[in-house]
Amino acid sequence: MLSRIAESLFWIGRYIERADGTARILDVHLQLLLEDPWVDEDTACRSLMGVMGSFPPEGTEKVTRSDVLTSLAVDRTNPSSIAYAVQASRENARRAREIVSTDLWETLNTTYSRMPRRINNEKVHEFFQWVRERSALAVGITDSSTSRDEAWQFLALGRAIERTDMTARLLATRSLTEASGPSWTTILRSCGAYEAYLRTYRGMPSASNAAEFLLLDRLFPRSVIHSIARAEKCMSAIDPVADRVGHSNTVLRALGRIRNDLEYRPIEEILSELPEHMEQVQKVTREASEAIRARFFPTHAEPSWIGETS
Amino acid sequence: MGDLFEGYGSTLAPRKTVSGVPAFDEMFEASVGAEGLAPSRAAYRELYQALAQLTQEELRGRTESLASSYLAQGVTFDFAGEERPFPLDAVPRVIAYDEWTTIEKGVQQRVRALEAFLDDAYGYQHCVRDGVLPAALIASSQYFYRQASGIHAANGVRIQVAGIDLIRDEHGEMRVLEDNVRVPSGVSYVISNRRVMAQTLPELFHSMRVQPVGDYPNKLLQALRASAPSGIDDPNVVVLTPGVYNSAYFEHTLLARLMGIELVEGRDLQCIGGKVFMRTTRGLKRVDVIYRRVDDDFLDPLQFRADSMLGAPGLMLAARLGNVTIANAVGNGVADDKLLYTYVPDLIRYYLAEEPILKNVDTWRLEEPAALEEVLDRLDELVVKPVDGSGGKGLVVGPDASPAELNKLRKKLIADPRGWIAQPVIMLSTIPTLVEDGMRPRHADLRPFAVNNGDEVWVLPGGLTRVALPEGQLVVNSSQGGGSKDTWIVGGDAPQRGLRGPDGLAGLVADQASVTQAIPIIYDPQDEQTHSPQDRPRSMAEQQEQQQQEQQQQASASLPNHVPKNAASEGLDQHHLGHGLPEVGHGRGGEGGC
Repeated sequence: MLSRIAESLFWIGRYIERADGTARILDVHLQLLLEDPWVDEDTACRSLMGVMGSFPPEGTEKVTRSDVLTSLAVDRTNPSSIAYAVQASRENARRAREIVSTDLWETLNTTYSRMPRRINNEKVHEFFQWVRERSALAVGITDSSTSRDEAWQFLALGRAIERTDMTARLLATRSLTEASGPSWTTILRSCGAYEAYLRTYRGMPSASNAAEFLLLDRLFPRSVIHSIARAEKCMSAIDPVADRVGHSNTVLRALGRIRNDLEYRPIEEILSELPEHMEQVQKVTREASEAIRARFFPTHAEPSWIGETS
Repeated sequence: MGDLFEGYGSTLAPRKTVSGVPAFDEMFEASVGAEGLAPSRAAYRELYQALAQLTQEELRGRTESLASSYLAQGVTFDFAGEERPFPLDAVPRVIAYDEWTTIEKGVQQRVRALEAFLDDAYGYQHCVRDGVLPAALIASSQYFYRQASGIHAANGVRIQVAGIDLIRDEHGEMRVLEDNVRVPSGVSYVISNRRVMAQTLPELFHSMRVQPVGDYPNKLLQALRASAPSGIDDPNVVVLTPGVYNSAYFEHTLLARLMGIELVEGRDLQCIGGKVFMRTTRGLKRVDVIYRRVDDDFLDPLQFRADSMLGAPGLMLAARLGNVTIANAVGNGVADDKLLYTYVPDLIRYYLAEEPILKNVDTWRLEEPAALEEVLDRLDELVVKPVDGSGGKGLVVGPDASPAELNKLRKKLIADPRGWIAQPVIMLSTIPTLVEDGMRPRHADLRPFAVNNGDEVWVLPGGLTRVALPEGQLVVNSSQGGGSKDTWIVGGDAPQRGLRGPDGLAGLVADQASVTQAIPIIYDPQDEQTHSPQDRPRSMAEQQEQQQQEQQQQASASLPNHVPKNAASEGLDQHHLGHGLPEVGHGRGGEGGC
């Protein structure tokens, strides 16, 4: 497959997952602001935007709920917004139009063209629901109609990497503001993990159990470990080289290191330094992404030819 | 009866030629009187009857769903930065099969002649030696590239794809307006128009046998593979696109998708040692045939425009060495030069020793002083075109132009007579088209597509019909407010479909085989597992069984000792019954044995 196309597929996967993850995180936190009148809106909003990698413009006195909504949901120019992810996934699908199935393309195209430019306050929850449904639709359509060839592996790899990153960010929001961060119940709910968690642990959420579940459960598809393992599997399928000594694949090396680090460290230790560890996970996903690019999508300096000048 | 055609002939001053002949209407026989409509032509009769059942509102609703379907599919063009669906009119154009056969032959003949001319122009130039063409004509053409001289495809084909623009004049005769043998575009609209028409207006297809257009990608791929450098068993064919911002990008993706080949951009290609490769996730892969949708000028910065980012440096060298085939060949533009167009009938006679089947539009060559004088004299009643423009670029319609424009044009013609040709204003035929006011006649042209695989020239049955939507507008172009119509070739034999068709080999085999019928072997009938065992629909007997079981369990609750044994035997019975009633099973088994 062409490197350029593979890169587009990788990013389609990432953007679909990013739109979904961002919608989930925003949904939970914006609701929390309404439910809990003791939360300091400005601090909470600032730290939420910080976690999502977006910062309010200089000199903004007070960041409100609607500011967060505008910049992280519908602002098409902000690279961490949902609208941007939707637009970017569609652009990438357009570039790989001959490889992407018509169904997937039409789904992404329709999502893009129906993306609102403004949301009223009462429609917020509905909007996030819609984004999640559209992502689920895109993923489901791919799942049911794509051959499990390289194209699929690159898309799945993108999704797994992005999901690792998103869950790590979500866990990091727990420690945003010590007193007023979202409860573990809220975090579990936002991942759609609450019921799965209850069935697994049969009880009220305790901090260490919930964190353990979202970080280390090997069966729950949104946990960090599961996503990393998924990424490793895709990577091995794309590049099936069995080394006798160590791993030569830099992507696998990065992923394997962080997986082992999480798996073999006592959960209390992780919990006590949760933000640092989550920062580490995000760093590794960036590294892995970078390594994938260097390995499979080499960009070349465009040669420019100077005509004879006389 | 709907009101669809109400006021069809109500245009106050329909456009006419200088001699007062109105345009030829393809659906209705003569001009329409005030009382009602003239009878429809034979080819359109069934279509007219089907359409007449609809009301204007219904048809408008369908048109909207056509548009929204195109928007979702991304069949769009950029209009002032906004994406608009490609305009498709709901009324198809119909051409009877008999007439189409003539058009087909004419197009084939023209492509063969142009092919021979190109070979000659980039070879020994016999046509110049024999006095058919002036030497200056070839040398002065803007699209004659010396860089392409002497390059031959393995099977000798330079025009893998041609789009010959036809118009129907006021007498109903098809004439050639221009030849496009560089990178003719629009075929994707033919394919997607047909698909979306069949989805939204299925009733129109009912009684009419419309020749399918879906074969195009196969024919194109076959032609491209046939032109591969010799000695390559399984050539790697790619489509080269300028990128997502090109207005025909949709077409490039559609063709690549339907042919199942890679769509590459210039930056995906790399030329090493006179060979072309593409960059893949598994390293470099050799490319054998490039169906390029990039203009000549941008293909190879080493030979043409040095600032081009759309091509790959070294492409022409690889082509010259015979390591890659570029389709269509570089330098084909010399054959669709409008001045050369005036010589094509002579070329047909010279190369093929045949009379041209499709006529040209009468044209003045402004190089000849007498012609120039006459044209300058009658500038306000002629159409003047630049020789190197396509798609209506730079064209001036005399009767529509202001005196100032004509004066400016006059100076240009005197300064550069080689750069222009002049033609009488031709009344393009009109076809009913749904516009704001309702169903109205609008001028249209036709672009059939021809694919040359070296052995035969195949013409896509149909083609792109483009309509000028403003009233009386004669320039038909999508960038100037043009729409399109699905083009139906109606009648004729069913197309050959190889093994899949009813008359194909497979059908023959199936016929032979069906003398003896397969005998079904029936075991104890078992239901297919479509439900989980707990939820499957139960037969009456089973339900009774279940009730009995419940009763027994209630009863046996007082006799705890018997419970285990009883329950076990009941369970077993139920299991047997679960597979259906035994009597029925035997009955069917008996049939099977006969």
